[in-house]
Amino acid sequence: MSERTRTIKVDYLARVEGEGALYVRVKGDRVADVKLKIFEPPRFFEALLRGRGFAEAPDITARICGICPVAYQMSAVHALEDALGVRVDGPLRALRRLLYCGEWIESHTLHIYMLHAPDFLGYPDALQMARDHRAAVQRGLQLKKVGNEIVTLLGGREIHPINVRVGGFYRVPTRTELAPLTERLEWARDAALQTVRWVSAFEFPAFESDYEFVALRHADEYPFNEGRLVSNKGLDISARTYDAHFVESHVKHSNALHSSIRDRGAYCVGPLARYALNFDRLSPLAQEAARSAGLGPVCRNPFQSIIVRAIEVLWACDEALRLLATYEPPPRPHVDVTPRPATGYACTEAPRGVLYHRYRIDAEGTIVDAKIVPPTSQNQKMIEDDLARFIPPRLALPQEQLTLQCEQAIRNYDPCISCATHFLTLTVDRT
Amino acid sequence: MRKPRKPKLAVWKFASCDGCQLSLLDCEDELLAVAGAVDIAVFPEASRAVIKGPYDLSLVEGSITTPHDADRIHQVRRTSKRLITIGACATAGGIQSLRNFKDVKEFTAIVYATPSYISTLDRSTPIAAHVFVDFELRGCPVNKRQLLEVISAFLHHRKPNTPTHSVCVECKLRGNVCVMVAAGTPCLGPVTQAGCGAICPAYDRACYACFGPQETANTESLAHWWSRLGVKPREMVRAFRSFNAYAEPFRQESEAQERGSGR
Repeated sequence: MSERTRTIKVDYLARVEGEGALYVRVKGDRVADVKLKIFEPPRFFEALLRGRGFAEAPDITARICGICPVAYQMSAVHALEDALGVRVDGPLRALRRLLYCGEWIESHTLHIYMLHAPDFLGYPDALQMARDHRAAVQRGLQLKKVGNEIVTLLGGREIHPINVRVGGFYRVPTRTELAPLTERLEWARDAALQTVRWVSAFEFPAFESDYEFVALRHADEYPFNEGRLVSNKGLDISARTYDAHFVESHVKHSNALHSSIRDRGAYCVGPLARYALNFDRLSPLAQEAARSAGLGPVCRNPFQSIIVRAIEVLWACDEALRLLATYEPPPRPHVDVTPRPATGYACTEAPRGVLYHRYRIDAEGTIVDAKIVPPTSQNQKMIEDDLARFIPPRLALPQEQLTLQCEQAIRNYDPCISCATHFLTLTVDRT
Repeated sequence: MRKPRKPKLAVWKFASCDGCQLSLLDCEDELLAVAGAVDIAVFPEASRAVIKGPYDLSLVEGSITTPHDADRIHQVRRTSKRLITIGACATAGGIQSLRNFKDVKEFTAIVYATPSYISTLDRSTPIAAHVFVDFELRGCPVNKRQLLEVISAFLHHRKPNTPTHSVCVECKLRGNVCVMVAAGTPCLGPVTQAGCGAICPAYDRACYACFGPQETANTESLAHWWSRLGVKPREMVRAFRSFNAYAEPFRQESEAQERGSGR
């Protein structure tokens, strides 16, 4: 007698950035196949970077993702500064952290309120959720706006900011120009605290995994642009040796390159990983909020990533306020850079996790070769692994509910398919 | 009496970074009002819910790069009363149109281990190369004020108020010191359509033309001025060949510079 076969299909995943689909085949009580399909068209960024000037990299790579352009700019400038033997310190370094705070607040808040919360509260989107939870949605929009205000002030505009360059910025703000942000951020910090309370009251499926978490770890800061790349299972490397420790394999069934740790397999980057590996680097306020929300220093339930994002928003508000309080404008907006033939490497912490860039440039500063590994490609295998374990105990659920919970399990990772796609293989199957 | 039906708005994505449609969600102060004025019928980045067409207004982000998308855009056009393209990908082919100047097979082999799995067209083309477009909103990304203006104009059956003059005019309006005249920095502002608010010069940086060519852009004259500032033809090719590389005036100028002929 043949086992009963059941399929779960989502033809167009909603409330993620980019175009993806889900296909799950269940045989009896086991998951026979999980495919997180990507049909987003490839855009060939590594190829089109060849022959461009090194100074163009931050603007070009920003266009990989409209949600996290600052992350691409930060990884690009740090990798190129590594190649050029330049270190950016003091107020310029602080301004880069402030800019990243803005992007984390904006991107995380978008995901918490507009993409993820509707799953927990049973709405198709935040706009319909606003009919019953208007105050919460308004708070989310205004909190997101504060993040965008930071990016706009420092970067010129919220999407694809124009002020970041290799060596620093084109123009740096005066103390007076930054001053209005302080009051806004004090409001935002309160709103973030309310956000932590709001999301920690949601109901979470009982689901934990023994993940290998991978994130940056810095000597004394919660990580943005610097630090060793570490894991809870023994990884401890610099970005310069990334390629020796991570492999991308071509998995035909999912039509995608999957990133894995050499000899170990799937791993998890993003808020859960950063939090688990850097809890002691969070501000006291953020640590206290985490404890009040019922979280320990490690959270292994990916559905609770929404709480961890809220804690990171709270921390980013705290950190931005600290940076604003101590800011003194630097004498020059950037340090000088001179081209030389070299290869540079950098990992920074995009909202969704580790973003790796590598560039080889020639004596004139022309890019000869580029490699970019976005967080979503690193999490893709983990998402499929999660689904393979999440589904079997829930097979008794009605199809519609199980499908919804599978979508929610994918949204736990805030996947950015637009980011991932420039390297993903493409097959179009939209039947 | 029945309430008048709210217009149905749809947001479609082709090859892009998602940034232009995100601009709509970045209208934090206006979003709930917009959602009250229209039925958001298709907007996968924001909602699981889908309302059947036809749609009163479709916003299209992204360029056409695959055979499947070349078909899909015709379906979108058929179900849309008005179709507006938003952003450099949709209006000019985007940064991914750099492939149009190269052999796409070479591009595929650089990025992908098994190039034979890739289904892609030789060229990245704007939406208007495939279907009739009612209005094109420029920018990489679009300006969200302009986006709200265009949505509002179409819902009220009036012409959008989006200037077609150059970035130079916006610089004067903003009170920027000219980076080209005062600092000798090669700037694309004189041939670039306004709409951003002259952000780059306000940050001591030259315009890099993310809003694409203005009407009757005199790129040849600008290239002449650039060469007097010491810019080499190779650098000019790069400058004209970025986020709006395949827009006609920029494509022609970059090809002229590549031939080394001026024009």
